[in-house]
Amino acid sequence: MRFTLNGTETEVRAHPLKRLLDVLREECGLTGTKEGCGEGECGACTVLVDGSPVVSCLVPFAQVRGAAVVTIEGLGGDHPLQRAFAHHSGAQCGICTPGMILAAVALGPNPPLEEIRVGLAGNLCRCTGYEAIYRAVRDA
Amino acid sequence: MTPAVGHSVPRKDGLPKTTGAARYVDDLRFPGMLYGRTIRSTLPRGRIRSVHLDFDPAGFTVVDHRDIPGPRCNFVALIEDDQPFLASDRVNHLAEPILLLAHEDRERLMEARVHVEYEPEEPVLDPERSTTVFKEIRIRKGDVDAAMAGADLVLEGTYRTGHQEHVYIETNGVIAVPENGGITLYGSLQCPYYVHKALRALLQLPENRVRVVQTETGGGFGGKEEYPNILAGHAALLARKSGRPVKMVYDRTEDMLATTKRHPSVIRHRTGVTRDGRLVAMEIDVLMDGGAYVTLSPVVLSRGCIHAAGPYRCDHVRIDGRAVMTHTPPNGAFRGFGAPQTQFAMEVHMDRVAEALAIDPVTLREINALRPGDTSATGQTMGADCSAREALRAAVERSDYRRKRLEYAGTNRGIGLSLFFHGSGFTGSGEVYLASRATLEATESGVRIRVASVEMGQGTRTMHAQIVADALGIPYEQVEVVQPDTAQVPDSGPTVASRTCMVVGKILQRCAEEMRERLGDLTPGEYVRQHGPLEITRQFEKPEEISWDDTEYRGDAYAAYGWGCDVAEVELDPVTYEVRPLHLTVVHEIGKAIHPAMVRGQIEGGSAQGVGWALNEHVVMRGGGMVNPTLTDYTIPTTLDTPRMEVVVLENPTGYGPFGAKGVGEMPIDGPAPAVVNAIRHLGLDVREIPAVPEILMEAACASR
Repeated sequence: MRFTLNGTETEVRAHPLKRLLDVLREECGLTGTKEGCGEGECGACTVLVDGSPVVSCLVPFAQVRGAAVVTIEGLGGDHPLQRAFAHHSGAQCGICTPGMILAAVALGPNPPLEEIRVGLAGNLCRCTGYEAIYRAVRDA
Repeated sequence: MTPAVGHSVPRKDGLPKTTGAARYVDDLRFPGMLYGRTIRSTLPRGRIRSVHLDFDPAGFTVVDHRDIPGPRCNFVALIEDDQPFLASDRVNHLAEPILLLAHEDRERLMEARVHVEYEPEEPVLDPERSTTVFKEIRIRKGDVDAAMAGADLVLEGTYRTGHQEHVYIETNGVIAVPENGGITLYGSLQCPYYVHKALRALLQLPENRVRVVQTETGGGFGGKEEYPNILAGHAALLARKSGRPVKMVYDRTEDMLATTKRHPSVIRHRTGVTRDGRLVAMEIDVLMDGGAYVTLSPVVLSRGCIHAAGPYRCDHVRIDGRAVMTHTPPNGAFRGFGAPQTQFAMEVHMDRVAEALAIDPVTLREINALRPGDTSATGQTMGADCSAREALRAAVERSDYRRKRLEYAGTNRGIGLSLFFHGSGFTGSGEVYLASRATLEATESGVRIRVASVEMGQGTRTMHAQIVADALGIPYEQVEVVQPDTAQVPDSGPTVASRTCMVVGKILQRCAEEMRERLGDLTPGEYVRQHGPLEITRQFEKPEEISWDDTEYRGDAYAAYGWGCDVAEVELDPVTYEVRPLHLTVVHEIGKAIHPAMVRGQIEGGSAQGVGWALNEHVVMRGGGMVNPTLTDYTIPTTLDTPRMEVVVLENPTGYGPFGAKGVGEMPIDGPAPAVVNAIRHLGLDVREIPAVPEILMEAACASR
C-alpha cells in the first residue's frame, strides 16, 4: 500500500487492519511514535494524517492509503517546537513528547493559551502539569 | 566561565526526547526475540487445584514455579521473603502471577488460553478488619494524656485517602537476554541494583553473571521502584528456559490491574489545643493497606508516621502506625511515600481545629509552625534551614489569600491552604545501610559520571552534570553521564526518596572536589594524556551530628527537610457537584534550585498529580481488584483539568546537600490534596476523604442541610 511518509512516497506491505502505530514502529522502523494506552485516550501515539492530529493506535493501516503521514521523525530535529520543548523542559520523561509536539504543530503558529489548552486536551502528560508545555508552545 | 548551578542549562536529554531518537524499552528488538505474557489469578484468594493449557504448546515456552531453581528462590528479594515470583499452590490477590508464556508471534501468544481451577477462600479486603499486621510504628514525645487533659478544646476526626495509580505514560516493560552464562536485563526502571539483587537471588547467579541496564524511562513516580523486580524475574525465567531474548511490556490494563498503587489510608486525629490556638497534645493513628505482600509497606508507613504531625511544634505527641495485609495487589512506592496521606489528614484536621476555635487557618498555622530550635515529633531539633513560616507567609501574600477568603465567602468559589514538609533522602539510618557510591572518571574530553541514579524525566543527568561541572570548575558541556548499567556503574542506591540530588549529588560533589585537587592546574584531558586514567569513587558519609534510634523512633529522621505551602482556588458546579480547580499557588523552599526550570517542572508536575489524587483519580476496587483499569475510566488530569499554577521557589540552603540543595521530587504532591479539600471546606462542605468525587461532595452537602 502506498502513502506519503514524512514527505517521501512509501510502499509498505502490511495487513490493512494492522494499527497504523504498529506499521510505523515495526514495518517502517520509526519508533518515535509511542504507545501509552492503546485505546485513544493518552495521545502518545499522535501523528499527523493530511495535517490533522490522529491517534495512530486507533487507525487501521488501510485508512492512510494515499494520505500524507507525518511522525516526529518527519519534523527533522530543528523544528521551532522541538527546540522550544527542549529549552523549556517541556519534555521530562519524554514519552508523551512526540505526540504532544505533533498535536502542537496542528495548532498552527502563535496559538493563544486557551486554544493550546483545548488543542492539547487529548494528550496526557504525567510529568509536567502542562505548564512547561504551554511555555514551550507559546515560545516556539 | 558562567557557573552551571543555578542556571537552566540545556538538558542532556532534551534533543533525543524531542526528536523521537530516545530509545525506550519497547523500541528495542533483539534477534530471535520472543514476547512474554503472564497468566494471572482471577480471584483474590484461594488454592490452585489445577492448571490446564488449552492450546497447542508447540513453539511456546511455558514457565511455572517448578522452573525456579529452588523453593527458597521463589521470593522477590526486597524487605521480607513473602512474595513469590510465581504462585505454587495458592494465590493471595487478584492478578497474582501463576504461569508465564512466551512465543515469537504476539497474536498467537495472546490467543493462548490457560484454565486454572481454584478452591476459593474468603478474602480479607477491608484493612480495618485485617488482623495480619506487616509493620507497627510507635512515636512518643512528652506526656500526651496529661497534656490532653489540660487542653481547652479536644477535636477528633477520621480522614481517608484512596489508592492512586501512577499512570507513567510508558507502562512497565523489560527485555531479558540470555548471555555470558547469565542474564542481561534491559528495562524501564528506577533502581538498577534492586533488580540486580532480585535476579541474582532468583537465578542463583554470581554478581558478574547478572547485568541490568536502564533504558530511557517514560516516567516512574515510584511505580518503577520495586515492581520491576518481579517483572524482570519473569522475563529472565522465560529467557533462561527458551535460550532467547524475551520482551515483556505490559499493556495499560495489565499495568493498572497488576502493578502497585499508593497505599490507601485511614488516619485518626485527636488534638488538644488552647483557646488561643496552641497545639498542646496530638494523638494520631495511621492505618495503611499494604495489600497481599509486604513489599515496601514498612518503609512507606515509616515515612508516613514521621510526617504525620505535620510541620508543627507540639510537646506531647503519640503516633501509632500499622500497615496491614489485605487480599489485594500489593501497594507500593508512590511519590511522597506515605507522607501525602498523613499530611492530607493533618492539614484538613488543622482547618477543622481553626474552625472549632474560630481562628483563621493562617493564624493557627503561624502560631504552631516549626521554627529553628523547635523539635519535631521524633525529637529532632530544627536547624536554621527550617522555613515553614517563610513558606506560609509567601504563599498567603502571593495568592492574596486573606482578601479572596472574604471575597469568595458565600459564592461557588472557595480558597484553601496547606502547610507541609518533606524529608530528603532515606529515613533514619537508611542512607548508612545503603552506603551509596558514585564514580567520576577523567576522559580525553572532560569527565564522565558513573552512577546508578536513573533519568526518568526529573533531570538526573543534567543536574548531576551541573554539580560536577561547578565543583570541578569545567564547562557543563564537558561532563558526560553514562546510562545506568550495573556492569559500568557503582551502586548509588535507588532513584527514590528525593535523594538523587541531595545525597548522590553530594557524593559526586566530593568526587569532583577530590579530582580537582588531583588535577592541579591540568584539565582532565591533559591529565589523562600525561598521567593515564584517573577515576575517583566516593561513598556516602554520615554527618557525625546526625543520629537516629531505629528501635525508639527518635532522633534525626532526615538530614534536611523541604518546606511548602499551597493555596488552592476551586469552583463548585452546584448542579453536578463537580469541583474545578482554578488556580494553585505553590511555594517551595528547597535549599538551592540547581536547575530552576527543572525544579519548576518537578513542582508543577507533582502538584498536578496531587490535584488528580484529590479530585479525579478514583481507583474503584471491587472483589479485590481494580474494576476501572483503563485510561478511559481512571482519569488523570488533562490540560483542562489542571489548574493554572504559580510557583515560588525559596532557597534556604542546607549544609548536607550539594550547593545547599535539598530534595524536591516528592514534596510537591504533599500539598495540593489538603489545600483543595480545605478550599471545598470553605464552600461549606465537610469533606474528609479523597478523591473528592461528586458523590462524596453530594453526600457532604446533604449532611450539612
